[in-house]
Amino acid sequence: MSQFRHTINQKVYRFNDLKTLLGKASPHRSGDELAGVCAESYEERVAAQITLADVPLKLFLNDVVIPYEKDEITRLIIDSHDVKSFSLISHLTVGELRDWLLSDETDTQTLTQIAAGLTPEMTAAVSKLMRNQDLIAVAKKCEVITRFRNTIGLKGHFATRLQPNHPTDDPRGVAASIIDGLLHCSGDAVIGINPATDSPAAVSSLLTLMDTLRHQFEIPTQTCVLSHITTTLQLINAGAPVDLCFQSIAGTELANTSFGINMALIEEAYQATLSLNRGTIGNNVMYFETGQGSALSANANFGVDQQTCEVRAYAVARKFKPLLVNTVVGFIGPEYLYDGKQIIRAALEDHCCGKLLGLPMGVDVCYTNHAEADQDDMDNLLTLLGVAGCNFIMGIPGADDIMLNYQSTSFHDALYLRKVLGLKPAPEFEQWLIKQGIVDSKGNMLPVSAAHGLLGIKV
Amino acid sequence: MKRNIPEELEPLKALQEFTPARIAIGRVGTSIPLKQSLEFKLAHAHARDAVYSELDINGLSDTLKQFQLPVLQLHSKVADRRQYLQRPDLGRKLNDASINSLHNSAAADVAIIIVDGLSATAVNENTIGLLQVLIPQLQAANFKLAPITLVEQGRVAIGDDIGSGLNAKLSLVLIGERPGLSSADSVGAYLTYNPKPGLTDESRNCISNIRPKGLSYKKAAKKIFYLISEAFARKLSGVDLKDNAGSLDF
Repeated sequence: MSQFRHTINQKVYRFNDLKTLLGKASPHRSGDELAGVCAESYEERVAAQITLADVPLKLFLNDVVIPYEKDEITRLIIDSHDVKSFSLISHLTVGELRDWLLSDETDTQTLTQIAAGLTPEMTAAVSKLMRNQDLIAVAKKCEVITRFRNTIGLKGHFATRLQPNHPTDDPRGVAASIIDGLLHCSGDAVIGINPATDSPAAVSSLLTLMDTLRHQFEIPTQTCVLSHITTTLQLINAGAPVDLCFQSIAGTELANTSFGINMALIEEAYQATLSLNRGTIGNNVMYFETGQGSALSANANFGVDQQTCEVRAYAVARKFKPLLVNTVVGFIGPEYLYDGKQIIRAALEDHCCGKLLGLPMGVDVCYTNHAEADQDDMDNLLTLLGVAGCNFIMGIPGADDIMLNYQSTSFHDALYLRKVLGLKPAPEFEQWLIKQGIVDSKGNMLPVSAAHGLLGIKV
Repeated sequence: MKRNIPEELEPLKALQEFTPARIAIGRVGTSIPLKQSLEFKLAHAHARDAVYSELDINGLSDTLKQFQLPVLQLHSKVADRRQYLQRPDLGRKLNDASINSLHNSAAADVAIIIVDGLSATAVNENTIGLLQVLIPQLQAANFKLAPITLVEQGRVAIGDDIGSGLNAKLSLVLIGERPGLSSADSVGAYLTYNPKPGLTDESRNCISNIRPKGLSYKKAAKKIFYLISEAFARKLSGVDLKDNAGSLDF
């Protein structure tokens, strides 16, 4: 175990191990305070950051934050580390990596090359030395493209998950929100429902509803009900139309146990979903959700700060070549991310770290009513993420999720972002929107006719 | 140049009958029209005001006199709302003065514990109406009631300290739930049999969304009374009890 220290004006700051150093170097957030791992003063935080800057990346391969013997995610991280990819940066310290990431010579191709050589802890560490601007600049250089029935993540494009949730999973209520969303250009990343109940029968009927709609209108997208992975697995075996397999994941084995999952179970579901062979242009079949604070809320953080735990979850995600990874950043509440400032910082960290590790990152730009945040904070974050090249956000009627009781982004928010930044939907979906008369060839919205086919759907 | 005014989206309006979601709200350019934007802001304002609302200690104490039970005023270890929101652990513990005030309590069956939680508004408006239905039922069934407690800056688990401090066999926590955009006034009821410090959520039963436009006082009281009776019959609460409550007809 390494010991670290730094002196400022005769005051000696000691950090007993890498885990402690990472916690103390983290920009302030309520969850780290709740966990008792954050710096105790502004000076200590910067002392930790100065100390962290001098830590060689190689040390991260020996000094793990959660013991190898105790945690299957640590074993995954160490065992799957790609020495060849790492060779390009293996001589650097954390601080040198920050400068290297920002340098003009480090381009999209280089970043793609080193992704498999970065561990989550190295990535979390370097992000702690980066300002919001750095997180945006570096993420912008990354490009992570995934495919199922369309192409997501191309530079200059920006997708949305249409989220048509309903408090009782009423099929007509869900369909009404889907139609409204499609007519507002939403749904290229996925049409994905959080079910109110995890009962297989209810989930199955929602899957069939969406599959029928997709076939009827030949929509080049994929659908998903965000049920527990065991429910999805059961439905795959029963022959339900499953495009994507969803699961919430966290960054420690114990936290995942509390979610009722482990690596072997995800592998089984991954193989089962792949075997359906439903993708037309690609076979990225997994959809994962994450969020800072999940490990602590399961009492499974082992003294590791919440952002490092979060990035460790990305190691789980990348093993299964997902179509979509979504950090649900403001959902967890103010005891983990107190206000708009903390939510915005966390979202930019998650997006940048995920992209560096080679993941197709999207962000649920969101907050709850007991957080110190409002739509203005979401507008700021949404715009920053658009600039940073985020793959997708959520599309929810009026930004108000009436089932999960939180506020996210509206269909309109995505339209705004595409307009002010000149971004386009996934190319295949864009062609469909033109064919349906929803937008013109320049991407401008057209008035909806009462005779539009989508308004004549019978559910 | 023709502009996309909301009226042009009239065809979409028909969809609104199928869901309370904010669909078919029109657009100006790509943005949400002002009317809908302000409606959303107002709903959020109600939720925010509810989070920062305060327990009406004097008003509630007066009104509770009708039940002819002693009323105690308690406080968690939380100093203020900002700390409350960031330190749920402190909201689960009574402060020292409150702990001392519970000494020498006579044994009781049910302790009714009224807690501000995340919406004091909900508690101020909706607990008395609920208790007016529930307390007579409990008394008719010969349950001995502990003093009623009013708790400021509390979380659900503070009922464990209070229930055990009051020597009660069961704690019933009535607490303001996290406000939604359309429901800033929901009360949640949490039952814990044999309350003692250190219990977790799996030891409790929860009845949510108690408010005039949600689960009515009468229906909520019926469900709470059923669960309390079952908890005493089986000497437990939580996951094992919940399974058998599902067949209730509401």
